[in-house]
Amino acid sequence: MNKISVIIKREYITRVRKKSFIIMTILAPLLMAAIIIVPTAVMMNQEGDLKKIAVVEDDSDLFRDVIKNTKDAEFVYINNGNVEELKKSFESSGYYGILYISPKIVDTPNAIQLISKQQPPIGLLQHIEGSLEKEIEKQKLLAYQIENLDEIMKTVETKVSIQTKKIDETGEVKETSTGISMALAYIFGFLMYMLVFIFGSQVMRGVIEEKTSRVVEVIISSVKPVQLMVGKIVGIALVGLTQFLIWIVLTMATVTVLKSTVLSKTGVDKIVMEAAAPQNIMAGSQLDETQVQAAAVSPELQEFSKLFNSAMNQPWGLIIFAFIFYFITGYLLYASVFAAIGSAVDNETETQQFMLPVTIPIIVALMVAMGTMQNPESPLAFWCSLIPLTSPIVMMARIPFGVPYWQIAVSMALMLVTFWAFVWMAAKIYRTGILMYGKKTSWKEMWKWLRYSG
Amino acid sequence: MALFEARNVTKQYGNQLALDNVSISVPEKCIYGLLGPNGAGKTTLIRIINQITGPDSGELFIDGRKLLPSDVQYIGYLPEERGLYKKMKVGEQALYLAQLKGLSKAEAMKRLRYWFRKLEITDWWGKKIEELSKGMAQKVQFVTTVLHEPKLLIFDEPFTGFDPVNAHTIKNEILFLRERGATIIFSTHNMESVEELCDNITLINKAKTILEGSVDEIRNKWAGNEYDLVFAGDVSLNGNHNFSVLDTKKDNGKSSIRLRCAAGTETNQIVSHALEHGNLISFNPALPSMNEIFIRVVESGK
Repeated sequence: MNKISVIIKREYITRVRKKSFIIMTILAPLLMAAIIIVPTAVMMNQEGDLKKIAVVEDDSDLFRDVIKNTKDAEFVYINNGNVEELKKSFESSGYYGILYISPKIVDTPNAIQLISKQQPPIGLLQHIEGSLEKEIEKQKLLAYQIENLDEIMKTVETKVSIQTKKIDETGEVKETSTGISMALAYIFGFLMYMLVFIFGSQVMRGVIEEKTSRVVEVIISSVKPVQLMVGKIVGIALVGLTQFLIWIVLTMATVTVLKSTVLSKTGVDKIVMEAAAPQNIMAGSQLDETQVQAAAVSPELQEFSKLFNSAMNQPWGLIIFAFIFYFITGYLLYASVFAAIGSAVDNETETQQFMLPVTIPIIVALMVAMGTMQNPESPLAFWCSLIPLTSPIVMMARIPFGVPYWQIAVSMALMLVTFWAFVWMAAKIYRTGILMYGKKTSWKEMWKWLRYSG
Repeated sequence: MALFEARNVTKQYGNQLALDNVSISVPEKCIYGLLGPNGAGKTTLIRIINQITGPDSGELFIDGRKLLPSDVQYIGYLPEERGLYKKMKVGEQALYLAQLKGLSKAEAMKRLRYWFRKLEITDWWGKKIEELSKGMAQKVQFVTTVLHEPKLLIFDEPFTGFDPVNAHTIKNEILFLRERGATIIFSTHNMESVEELCDNITLINKAKTILEGSVDEIRNKWAGNEYDLVFAGDVSLNGNHNFSVLDTKKDNGKSSIRLRCAAGTETNQIVSHALEHGNLISFNPALPSMNEIFIRVVESGK
C-alpha cells in the first residue's frame, strides 16, 4: 500500500510539474470563459458603425418616418426618390443601403428590397420588417375606421414568452429551460468524453513509456505489476481531478469578473430585474413606457435571466455526485483498458488496431448523448445510459432533463460490476504484456495472457 | 550454506517450456555465474528469482526459508535491458526507486550521497537521464541496484556499455560488495569475466541445466589430460608411447608445445623427457577456457 502511494506521488508530481499541464490548466478556463462571455458581450454592446439607409418609396409617402432610428442605423427618408438614380450614385452617397418600398406593399408583402453592398445583419432586417409590419397592420386596421384605434392598439400589444416548468415526484414545480438542460447535457457529455479520453490515453502513453524505456523491469522487481498499474491510473486520475477543479474555480472567477465589468456597463442588472416580472406586461393598460421598451429592446436579456434562474434550479447535488461517480468509474474502466493496450504494444504506432474497438463505444456514447438532447426519453438513450461502456457519457447527458432514480441506480450498479471485471482482466493482460518485447501482439495473444498463471 | 536456492523450477509459456526442472544453489558470499545461449531460459529464471513472474512448479528459498513477496527488499536486480525514466532527474529517480525498495527518504538520501561521491557522479544529480550518455546512465542504474544493500544481487550483463575504465570500476565495486557480505548472481556471455569473477556456475541450455559446479572443477574436468610446455629457444618434441604432440608454436625466441598424455602416464615422466630436449620454462595443465567449454557443451547438445 505504501509503495502504491509512492507510485501515485511520482505519477502525479511529474505530470503536474510539466509545462504543458500548467499552460493547459490556466488557458483552458480563460478560453471557456471567453466562449461563454464574448457572444453575450458582443450581443449586448454592438457598437458597429452607424449605418445610414436611404428609404425610397414609389409614388407615395405612406411610410414616411415609420422606421425609427436605432443606435446603429439611421433611416433617411428621401422625398420622391428614384431608386435607379440612387443606385448609380450609391458609391459616392455614403449610404449603407437603399430600402426600396413599392406601393404594392400593403397587398404583397415581398414588394420590398434592401439594396446594400454587404449582407445586412439580422437585427437590422428584423427591425425594418417589424416596423413595416406594424405600420401595415395599422393601416389595414385603420381601414375599418375603428374609434380610438391608437388607444386600443396600445392595450392589446402583447409579448409572449413561454416559461417551462418541471414537476418532480413531490409535485414541486420548478422553473427550467430546455436550453439550459441541453447546454448542461452537452457540456457534461463532452467533458466526460474528453476527460476519459485525454487521461485514459495518458495512462496508455505512460505504460508505453515505461515499457520502451525498459524501466518497468526494475520497478516490477520492487512492486507487483498490478500495484504499478493501479498507482499510475490513480495518479493520473488525481491529475485530472486537480485540473478539473482548477478549471471550475478559474472559469467561475473569470465569468464573475467579466460579468461584473462587461455586462454591468449596459445596465443588465436593472433590466434583468424588471424583466424578471413579465406578468407586469400582461397587467394591461397602465404600462409605463420604459418597461415596454425594456421588454421590447432586450429579449436576449430576458432570456438570460430566465436561463440564470433555471440553471439554479438544476439538481446540482445529483449532477455533481453522478459526475464524480461516472468520472471515476468510467475513467478507471477505460484507463485500465488503455493500460492493457499500452502493455501489449512496443510503441505508440502499434496501438491503432487496439484503439479502434475502445474508441467506438466512446464515440457511439457521444453521438447518442447528442441525440439525447433532442429526445432524452428515447429507448436508445435509455439503453445506452444503462450499458456500462456508454453510460458515463449518456447518463450524464440525460440527468439535467430528469431521470428516475431507479435508472440511475441500475446504471451505477452495472457500472461497478463491469468496472471490476475490466480492471481484473486488464491487470492480467498488463502483467504479461509489459515483459513481452518484439512480438506483434494480437487479440488472440492477449486472450491467452488472460489465462496465464502468476 | 546456500543463501539462495531454487528447487525443481519449471515454467511454461503457452506451449513453450522456458524452464524444465531447473535447480540452482547459490552459496553465501559467492559470485554465481548463470550462463547459457540466448533464449535458454536465463532471463526467465532471473525473473522468477525476482518474483516478477511465478514458477509453474518448484520452490524458492532465501536464507534457508521460503522466498516471500516481501523479500524483494533483500534483492537487487540490474536487468540486461536497462532503463530509467528518461525525463526524470537522476536524483529524484534514484530516490524513487530506493523508496520502492522500502527505504525511507532520509535513509535513501544518505546512501545516495555516499554512492554518488564514490562513483564520482555527484554533479549529475539534477540532470535528466536523457541528457546522460549510455555509460553514465548505467552508472546511475548500478547505484540504484545496490543502494538498499541487498543480500542477493543479480547482475545481468553488468559490463556492457561501459568503457574499460568504468567497467573496471564496476568490477571492483562488485568485488567490494561481495566482501561486505553480498551474494551475487551474475549472468553474462563474456566468458573471460566468468573465469575472472565467478566461483560457481550453472549452464542452462534449452530450458535445462546441462552443467554446474565450481569454475575450477569444471575446467579441470574438461582439461582432458593436455599440457602446455614452454621452452626457451627453438625446441621440437616428437610424440612417443607416453604422449602425442598436438601443436607447436614458435615465436619471440620461445617454443610452446601442447601435448596429450596417454592413459597411465605420470606427468613426471613427461617433464623428465622434456628436460632432455631443452630449457623448460613452464609446464602447465592445459585448462580449456570457459569459452571453449561453453561452446563444446552447447554444441554437443544439438
